[in-house]
Amino acid sequence: MKVFSQLKKNLKNDFSQLPTIKIALLGDSATQFLNQALRGTGYDRGYNLDVFEADFNQIEQQIFDPSSELYKFTPDVIVIFNSTHKLLSKYNKLDQGEQHKLAELQIELISNLFNRVKKYSNAKVIYFNFPEINDSVFGSFANKTISSFLYQLRKLNYELMSYAAQATNFYLLDIASIQNQLGKSTMFQPAVYVNSEMVLSIDVLPIVAARIVDIIGAIYGKFKKCLILDLDNTMWGGVIGDDGLENIQLGSLGIGKAFVEFQHWIKKLKNRGIIIAVCSKNTESVAKEPFQKHPDMVLRMEDVALFVANWESKVDNIRTIQKVLNIGFDSMVFLDDNPYERNVVRESIAELTIPELPVDPAEYLEYLYTLNLFETASFSNEDTERTKLYQVEAKRTNLQASFSSEGEFLQSLDMISIVEPFNKFNTPRVAQLSQRSNQFNLRTVRYTDEDIARIANNNNYYTLSFTLKDKFGDNGLIAVVILAAESQSTMFIESWFMSCRVLKRGMENFTLNAIIDVAKLNGFLQIKAEYLPTVKNELVKDHYVNLGFEEKCGYWYLDVENYQTKSCFITKK
Amino acid sequence: MEKSEMLKKVNDIFIDTLDNEDIMLTYETTAKDVDDWDSLNHIQLVVAIERYFKIRFTSQEIQSWNNVGEMLDCISAKNV
Repeated sequence: MKVFSQLKKNLKNDFSQLPTIKIALLGDSATQFLNQALRGTGYDRGYNLDVFEADFNQIEQQIFDPSSELYKFTPDVIVIFNSTHKLLSKYNKLDQGEQHKLAELQIELISNLFNRVKKYSNAKVIYFNFPEINDSVFGSFANKTISSFLYQLRKLNYELMSYAAQATNFYLLDIASIQNQLGKSTMFQPAVYVNSEMVLSIDVLPIVAARIVDIIGAIYGKFKKCLILDLDNTMWGGVIGDDGLENIQLGSLGIGKAFVEFQHWIKKLKNRGIIIAVCSKNTESVAKEPFQKHPDMVLRMEDVALFVANWESKVDNIRTIQKVLNIGFDSMVFLDDNPYERNVVRESIAELTIPELPVDPAEYLEYLYTLNLFETASFSNEDTERTKLYQVEAKRTNLQASFSSEGEFLQSLDMISIVEPFNKFNTPRVAQLSQRSNQFNLRTVRYTDEDIARIANNNNYYTLSFTLKDKFGDNGLIAVVILAAESQSTMFIESWFMSCRVLKRGMENFTLNAIIDVAKLNGFLQIKAEYLPTVKNELVKDHYVNLGFEEKCGYWYLDVENYQTKSCFITKK
Repeated sequence: MEKSEMLKKVNDIFIDTLDNEDIMLTYETTAKDVDDWDSLNHIQLVVAIERYFKIRFTSQEIQSWNNVGEMLDCISAKNV
């Protein structure tokens, strides 16, 4: 990771080609350096973070005043950094009889702040939780004393999580965990604090900035989706081909314990929706043996979406995995104990994230914790089912090979789609799909749950969501169209995005038929559409021309009256 | 370490921290004489000097120096 002075040098670079995100930074301690670290980190991650930094200690003034500079700036994200030191001085000033209410008062303030933000802006809020200060007035007895600062501070951190769990667009930055990882003496330097009101040490600035950008990235659709694993000496100790099933190190003793705990971590990631793939230089049947037979293996074949074990190069195999999953290399992580293999892959596929695993497997986990590779901005039930979806996709690919024509294959799938407007049941998934789809996304507008709810209740909008089920399984909600009435005669396709899992199934035709149905029903004469190119959506560059739209002045138009219903093999339900 | 050698090292730290190749410190140089040497960057300089010489300044020391010479005296008093 870069140190602060290197991040600061980044600020001299040219940001003009990078997408801009407007960030407002509000703090009750000195935030100038954090601002610089944030912008420098943003540059390295491919963002031009346009930061409005409020004057020192202006959080309440800026947020409560509707005409403040903050709202004039129209931020996309508001970062609020209340420091534990200021919280402590608040506590110190409270009457003794009031000290037991500190957490409650602070939560009330935070909820008032956030309600105001929601009223005057569409910004998402990132709020710092509170790294611990134990003022040692009670010693360990503070844990039994409701009015102690430590008790109130821990209560506040807990209450903050409860609050965040139910507040959409409110994200917590876990700065307390950073202090747990690095220790307070790294995090905080008293002399620096006394001289500059800065509560963060210069050393910790890049890490705090990285965590902020992790959350911003996740909100704006940049996050990891897949973990690719090497096997020998990464998943277990030893070489399965040489040592045999009985002799690999795995279990509750010695180094075997490290691998078992590591596998538990991977299993949790899989349950959270990260796709697990295996890429190993091995004979396939031998490589699969531990997954099928070893009593101490935590990961089983059903946890792995794609198992690639052969003697081809890892670069080729990883490319194959990428093709089947159809996700960007920049959303994949590759774990391999062998520095040589890591370097070979790194040289060929630069976008891939390849952590420099420590030499000692006992240290794998602690090291990976610090990287915070799997930040996310959402979690839904569908995430837990993702592995199955990709395994089923592999079966479809096999079936396709046995048909002579694509139509015949598509027909054999018995596809059924439920088409319905947005409602409270599909809102979370619609919002999530808007955040996740990059390739098949015509305008790449990201929506939150609240945005979607607002659109659903706005009469100017017509919304369509599509599920897709076939004889192999249910893909769930896979496509979304948001239509806006631009005039009495013209309907504008504000958004059209689709999961790439269902490419080449005729879903485009089916969706367009549904759009035309809506247009006809509501008396529109023409459809207007737009393609906004991004680095990732070249796939749909010719989408509208392929569907018969005509271009005029940068927009695409389609006549409703003369539309010929397009053929497809999907039944509407 | 000789004071002149120390001045050279501190000069390098200034160049790197403030990202300005033209800095030429003397014992008499004050914050006013160097672009960007404001109170905040002062903290960054102090931390970089602490790291290089493996010393810690007190918060009083950080505020007390009137020029580079006094800063160097303080470093050298810490047995560098």
